[in-house]
This record gives sequence, C-alpha cells and structure tokens, in this order.
Amino acid sequence: MEKTKELQQVEEQFQTFQILDEEGNVVNEEAMPELSDDELKELMTRMVYTRIWDQRAISLNRQGRLGFYAPVAGQEASMIGSQYALEKQDWILPGYRDIPQIHYHGVPLDQAFLWSRGHFKGGQMPEGVRVMMPQIIIGAQITQTAGVAMGLKKNKEDAVAITYTGDGGASQGDFYEGMNFAGAFNSPAIFVVQNNRFAISVPVEQQSAAKTIAQKAVAAGIHGVQVDGMDLLAVYAVTKEARQRGLDGNGPTLIETLTYRYGPHTMAGDDPTRYRTSEEDDEWEKKDPLVRFRKFLEDKNLWSEEDEDKVVEQAKEDIKAAIKKADSVPKQKVTDLIEIMGEELPVNLQEQMEEYKEKESK
Amino acid sequence: MAQMTMIQAITDAMRNELKNDEKVLVFGEDVGLNGGVFRATEGLQKEFGEERVFDTPLAESGIGGLSAGLSVTGFRSVMEIQFFGFVFETFDAIAAQMARMRYRSGGTYHAPVTIRSPFGGGVKTPELHADSLEGLMAQSPGIKVVIPSTPYDAKGLLISAIRDNDPVVFLEHMKLYRSFREEVPEEEYTLPLGKADVKREGSDITIVTYGAMVHTSLKAADELEKDGISAEVIDLRTVSPIDIDTIIESVEKTNRAIVVQEAQKQAGVAASVVAEINDRAILSLEAPVLRVTAPDTVFPFATAEDIWLPSSKDVVSRAKEVINF
Repeated sequence: MEKTKELQQVEEQFQTFQILDEEGNVVNEEAMPELSDDELKELMTRMVYTRIWDQRAISLNRQGRLGFYAPVAGQEASMIGSQYALEKQDWILPGYRDIPQIHYHGVPLDQAFLWSRGHFKGGQMPEGVRVMMPQIIIGAQITQTAGVAMGLKKNKEDAVAITYTGDGGASQGDFYEGMNFAGAFNSPAIFVVQNNRFAISVPVEQQSAAKTIAQKAVAAGIHGVQVDGMDLLAVYAVTKEARQRGLDGNGPTLIETLTYRYGPHTMAGDDPTRYRTSEEDDEWEKKDPLVRFRKFLEDKNLWSEEDEDKVVEQAKEDIKAAIKKADSVPKQKVTDLIEIMGEELPVNLQEQMEEYKEKESK
Repeated sequence: MAQMTMIQAITDAMRNELKNDEKVLVFGEDVGLNGGVFRATEGLQKEFGEERVFDTPLAESGIGGLSAGLSVTGFRSVMEIQFFGFVFETFDAIAAQMARMRYRSGGTYHAPVTIRSPFGGGVKTPELHADSLEGLMAQSPGIKVVIPSTPYDAKGLLISAIRDNDPVVFLEHMKLYRSFREEVPEEEYTLPLGKADVKREGSDITIVTYGAMVHTSLKAADELEKDGISAEVIDLRTVSPIDIDTIIESVEKTNRAIVVQEAQKQAGVAASVVAEINDRAILSLEAPVLRVTAPDTVFPFATAEDIWLPSSKDVVSRAKEVINF
C-alpha cells in the first residue's frame, strides 16, 4: 500500500518514546522521571517478583493447581511501570492478563489464584482496593472505564481510571466507543494498549493497516503516545503524565506499549511456535525489561545478585503460602452462587435456593 | 391525582427519582435538551441540569459501558436505548456485564442500572424499532424485565426499578405511550417488581399477558363475555421473574388458560408461562394451555403490521378453542 502524504504525516507524530535503551543507558535524560533510589529498587523488585510468579504460575497450572492463566513474562515493564504511576484512589479495570497490576494495587496473591481456579471469592475485591475483576470480554473494560472516569469526575475525586487491553483488542468496537466517550466527556481515563504483537496467533499487522495503535487516539480526538513497553522508566513516565493530564481536566490518554510475551497466549493449549519464529523470540529477548533495568541499577550500585536472589526466594515463599491459603478456602456450593445473584432474590431463585439447601444437607 | 398518559407517568417517575436521589443520572441519545424522541425526559435537563440529565454520543454499547462504570463510583444510572431493536449493540454491556456484576464480584460490586427503552408494534415504525425482544433479556440471569401496560403501573414500577440495586430492563410499549389517560397519584409510590396484576376477574379461563396485549386481551374478554365466557386477565407487569403464584391461583380457579404475547411464538416469555403452569397445576387443567403469538417471521414491514400482530379476534378464537377442547 502506497502511503499518502497525509498518512505519513500522521504516522510521524507517533514516534516511540524511550528513556532506557537495551543496554540500560539513559537515552532521554530530559524525560527522566523523578524516582528515589528506594523507588527504583522497589520497581526492580516487583519486576523480578512478577517474572518468578509467572514461572511458578505456569508450572502450577501444569500441575493442575491453577486454572486459567495468561502468561505475562516480557510485559513486566508495561504492567508494573504503568501501575506504579497510579495512586491508591485510582481505579484499575484490568483485562484477563493484567493480574500483576491489580496485585500491586492491593489484591492478594491467594485471591488472584482463586480467580485463576474459578472460585467466586477470587472476584471479591478487598475493601478499598479500587479494581474491577479481570475482564474476559475484550473491549468491555474500555467502555466501563469511560463510566468509572466520568463517575470520578462527577464525584470531584482526585483520581483517574486506567484500563488495559491488547493489540487485538484495539480492533473492537468497544475500544473506539470507550475512548470516544471519555474524550467527548473529557473524563480522566487512561487507556493502555499492550501491543505484544500477537492476538493469540494473529499478528498485529493483520489487525489493522494503521502503523501504530497510538494513532487511533486521533479518531477520538485525544492524546495518544507510543512507548517502548520494555522500558519501565518510559512506561512509568508516560503514565504519570497521562494521569496528570486527566487530573488537570485535559481528558483521557491512549498509551500504546510496545512489548512482547515470551510465553504462550494462555496455558489452555496455545503453542506459539506455530505462529512465531525463534528469531523473533530471540530479538525480543534482547529487549527484556529486566535485563536493561538491572544494568541501569547495577551501574548506579543499587542492585546486586544478592538483592535479586532475595526477591526470588521471597516470591517463591509467598506463592507457596498463597497457594496453600487458596487451597484452604471452602468449596463452592450452589447456594453460594444463588446468594450472590441479587440483593433480593427473585422468586425463581428463592425456590431453587430451598431446593439446593435440601440437596446440600444430604 | 392527575390524568396522565403513560409517557407523562414515566417522566413523572424519573423526575421523582432525580429529586429523591442525587446519585440518579438520566442519559442516552437525545434525552437532554431535546427531551427524548418521545418526550419521555421532557424538561428534566432544565430542571436538574446537564450534570444529571445529559446526551451521549450515538453508541449503545458505550452507553451500557458508561452505566456499568458509573455503578462502581456510586451512581444510579437510568440509561435509555432509543429503540429496543438497537439492544443488540449493547447486549454484552447489559447481559454479560451489568447482569453479572454482583455475581462476578461475589457481592463486592453491583449495578443499580435501569435500562429504559421503547418497543412494540402498531405504530408503523421503520425497521428494528418495534421488535419484542424481552425474551432475550428474560433468559439472562441477573436482570429483571419489567413491561408496564398502564400509566399507573408505569410510574410505580419505574420508581421501583430505579430504586432496585440490580439491573432492570424497563420496556415501554410505543403504542401505549399516549393511547389513553389514567388517574395517577402525583406523589411518589412504588409497585413491587415481580408481581402480576389481575386486570379483570373471571371464572372460566385465565388469560396471561403483558404489554399492549393486555389491552387486546381486555377487549377480547369483553367479546367473550357477550358469549357468556368469563375471562380473567392477568397482566404480568414483570416478565422476569414471572409471578407464578398469581398465575397458578387463577388457573386453579378457572382450570383453563391461554398466554398472549406480541412477540413471535419462538420468542417472548409465553413458553415459560406454559411450562410453569404444566409443572404446577396440570391436575387443575381441563385443556392444554395454548398461546396467542405473532408468527415466527422477522417483524413485519410497516404496512403488514395489521395482518401480523396478534389481535383481540385471535385471542377470542384461541380462548374458545380452549373452552371447547
């Protein structure tokens, strides 16, 4: 397809924003976010922890001790960098892969595991933790975010709503509607598209002829930015800026993070070797967000092998304890499921409640 | 008391709730300054301001998502879908999101949303305005579906719907909007959701119905009376959940029943009513429970409505079939 001048001009406006290169060098000093040494270490801790969590989750899934699981290795910078830019009062509307973000926003590990297994307690978000349950319908979280952001604005809260989808999700109608609503109502929303290049087996090039996903913000008349999603500092910086934009009354932002998942789409039998080359995997492994951030911190004498080992041990220990805790949760009963259907049960469910109470008492 | 059309009663209910609860929001396409395409929200924006009553972009799914999102920040949305034939655009937001919000979150969140929408034939609307799609909603766990047939019912049921802490689909039959006036109290009152109303008492046959077919059935009951047949007309008012007790009580008295709906035979909720009667009162039945419905085609082109929509004649003839079984 030959590109018109107009199209080229649009594309030029969406250059990839980067702060750390693959070697851990700061290539954009001016954009460097203000983070203390302790905060930088905390961020690395979270990325290492999440990588271990991912490895353990895959293995626990294979053992049948976890259910649905969508791997996250490779996307740590995109997930953790963006969540770290939030405040406690901000709302997160995650997709099904976005478990690390809601964990660091306050959802305990054992609850994430219950959600994975398919237990109603997995969705019972702790009081005061402003997260929705992981969304399975790709795009639904986007229109809902427009609603949450509108509510925050109406309540005059100093808070934003952030949501996540993938590159495939950017083809959904709800993706456009959600961004467009937030734009039309000038609501404090942040839409993050984690472009990991594949929607299951379909490469991003087959989703759209648009060169970037960030430029889709133009259709909503809102700010859009493409960022190196393997660069934690860059993701943090653009999210922080988007948050301020929302709070200042300057509307929503679309952030496209260029990232990669090293593992399969989910643990439900997806085999990425069918649609990805090993060359591609190798190329993206060089961009590993942990590798470059580790180098960056080591250069500043803020990180050591010992630090890392400590995090790894801690993660393994926590996961073991969390799985044990999840195991101890009582099994679900049909009466439990009926109970949570409505504030007041309709007559059909009242009847069925009695029926199942009887059945469960035997 | 005031003489009100159904549309006025609906406006009155929304005005009451906007006044009563500052968290109530009314929004949709053209509901603000314009006052709605049927004047249902007439004057509400002027009275309560643009923060409370406002227009949205033209996107039903977005409107549904907006309502679901507003719910978790403490708002009580009264969203309008301009015509219920457009529900397909927002089916996920209603049936897969709001309806499941409480369940998915194990009770942490809930969606106190009222989805108002006009539907119904007999006024020669263009394509996909008049379709009866209540059956789709009635099959979705987690939603109540309310269909009033009178101004009095409309006001009391809509106030209840707005106050309900779970999603309610509130379907307003276009032909009933202004077809007659009725005494409606000016003060607030509520009618319980899930409760049917006996619109006419009778002893020979029970006619279970809802929406515009309530009036069609009442007309049929007048006809039947001339032939010495006493029909009891039950207006379901809520089609999900169905008020089984009122129906069974009536059937046990009359021993005969028909179910009348405007929707196609394969749609609506008539089959559910028949099944409930079969389950619970078969020993009282002198004849099978038959249905009056539209044919199983797509909703008719406007000029074919008269031959397609169920009429009082259809009701009379089906009732006699049951009586003479």
